[in-house]
Amino acid sequence: MERSTIDLWVGLFMVAGLGALTILALKVGNMGSVGSNETYQLSAEFTNIGGLKPRAAVKSSGVVVGRVSGIIFDNEKFVARVSMNIDSRYKFPQDTSASILTAGLLGEQYVGFEGGAEDKPLTPGATLKLTQSAVVLEKLISQFMYSKADGSAGK
Amino acid sequence: MATDNLVEISGVGYAYDKRRTILSDIDMKIPRGKVVAIMGISGSGKTTLLRLIAGWFKPTRGDIRVDGVLTRELDRDGLYSMRRRMGMLFQFGALFTDLSVYDNVAFQMREHTDLSESMIHDIVMMKLHAVGLRGAHHLMPSELSGGMSRRVALARAIALDPMLMMYDEPFTGLDPIALGVIRKLVRRLNDTLGSTSIIVTHDVQEALDIVDYVYYLSEGVMVAHGTPEEMRASTDPLVRQFVWGEADGPVAYQYPSRKFNEELELV
Amino acid sequence: MFNRGAIINIRGLGHRTIDSVMRFGYASRFFALTLLNSGACFRRPHLIVRELYYTGVQSMIIILVSGLFVGMVLGFQGYQTLNTYGSESALGVLVALSLVRELGPVVSGLLFASRAGSAMTAEIGLMKTTEQLSAMEMMAVDPIARVVAPRFWAGVVSMPLLAAIFSAMGVYGGYLIGVVLIGVDDGSFWSQMQSAVDFREDIVNGVIKSVVFGVAVTWIALFEGYDSPPTAEGVSGATTRTVVTSSLAILGLDFVLTAFMFRGI
Repeated sequence: MERSTIDLWVGLFMVAGLGALTILALKVGNMGSVGSNETYQLSAEFTNIGGLKPRAAVKSSGVVVGRVSGIIFDNEKFVARVSMNIDSRYKFPQDTSASILTAGLLGEQYVGFEGGAEDKPLTPGATLKLTQSAVVLEKLISQFMYSKADGSAGK
Repeated sequence: MATDNLVEISGVGYAYDKRRTILSDIDMKIPRGKVVAIMGISGSGKTTLLRLIAGWFKPTRGDIRVDGVLTRELDRDGLYSMRRRMGMLFQFGALFTDLSVYDNVAFQMREHTDLSESMIHDIVMMKLHAVGLRGAHHLMPSELSGGMSRRVALARAIALDPMLMMYDEPFTGLDPIALGVIRKLVRRLNDTLGSTSIIVTHDVQEALDIVDYVYYLSEGVMVAHGTPEEMRASTDPLVRQFVWGEADGPVAYQYPSRKFNEELELV
Repeated sequence: MFNRGAIINIRGLGHRTIDSVMRFGYASRFFALTLLNSGACFRRPHLIVRELYYTGVQSMIIILVSGLFVGMVLGFQGYQTLNTYGSESALGVLVALSLVRELGPVVSGLLFASRAGSAMTAEIGLMKTTEQLSAMEMMAVDPIARVVAPRFWAGVVSMPLLAAIFSAMGVYGGYLIGVVLIGVDDGSFWSQMQSAVDFREDIVNGVIKSVVFGVAVTWIALFEGYDSPPTAEGVSGATTRTVVTSSLAILGLDFVLTAFMFRGI
């Protein structure tokens, strides 16, 4: 085999391989979106985080604005403290509420930021006051069953 | 200190382990500029002796000196620089099958020297011309006949004009014409390059025609040595059987076994 | 009578175990020598380029085709399963994560072992049988530096590239079946995939896996060839051993790496 032919094919191979890696990184993965932007920290307390995990998304109006960085249990207040890294481009009013929502029926759980009419934005390190915990399916079912039982007993 | 002998072997013994001794108490002197044959039947230890000279193994007893240097004292680098002044022709050529004839002969120059490609080209052509294969330089080893590939291997081995050429069974499996060519080349190259040659072989008649001295090994021991004429005229039964190719003699015809009568259960 | 047979078997087992351990030690020394002698082939990169052709380029066809088919099967099977939960829009996630995290490195590693690995073993075993390695040593050229090291680095570089090509083809295959053929929504296929596949956690881990597999497979292939008995049966046995040992090594290492990398997720 001529040296130049070998060099050509090896060059094509390297290009194909590195190209595939790039395609995977950009189109398949999420390198394009929330990458190395500046972030600031916010916290929120929930009575029940449900299935929320670290690195879950924080969304507002459906758009990813940050990531959950850590979840710890507060032994004094008996709540879960969720810390989040929020993209510095976005500021949220002081009375924003954080809820734990589910994406789709089987989807992952994420934190959703909603509402807020105040002028003053949340400062880095602040804690959101209004929170809505995750919907736990078992509680919902038992609530439904009790209300049915009440309804039929009341008749 | 330059001596008359390029290679001196004194009291050399070699054994893999306690059970198998390949060589015992070998004494040899290979004078400069001469062609010496080491002969013996298969398994007599002659190839091992060649490898000891080339530094593949260290002798378990005795000393080997090549150009005044003790081989057992050489480290890896010393061994490699000694080998750069040696050439070995392997039994079936051992050409690099992924390289062309030209690249095979050019191999040592490209690895060890900084010569320009045009200089390498000239040297390769000269060496191929010496073995009569200059026109085949573009062929691949798979396209060569047995005799041709051995000649190319010879051209490759002499590429850096070695002081010592070693041949491991160079005549095996060649047709009479190819045999004649190799014989002539071995002698002529030795004389024109001013080098020394050691041929390990059991092709008696071919070797006796071209060598200056013969050492005969049997079962790892040197049993006879002399000039070709002395070997031909020897009355020692072991030497006679080997030189004249007699079927039976000191080296028995029958492999050790029970008496034939008992084997056939006649008695 | 029964006791005697059992004792002899245990002794044989002990022998074989000690032999295996010694052989592994020899193989480790071989690995160290390969790394130490790599300087020569870095100074003459055309040696590595040549081997890249034989290991990487010549494996491309099988990797492209296999990747495509694996991706298409993932598309089919994934759709069937997800459809029962009404989550067929997550097909992209399923296909991409399966490929990038596991199937890409592992399957392309197995294919690489059987195609390029066995070829390397056979080639070096044959060079040993025909005394080419001895001839090289006689010409004061270290075969490990000249023959083994370039092939090693070519294998280590090829593996992650081949795994990436496999995964990319697989995603395309999943797309072909899921979106084009079956009719899953194009937008949700890609968007869910992009939000679920993380560069650092999934893609980089997948690349690390394929590099580890590349080192393992190439090391095994080169060692088996270098250590093979210089006969026809010897070389053929060595080639078989390469494929078997490499495959087991890939699966074993995959388990260890997966357990380590994907702990929290």
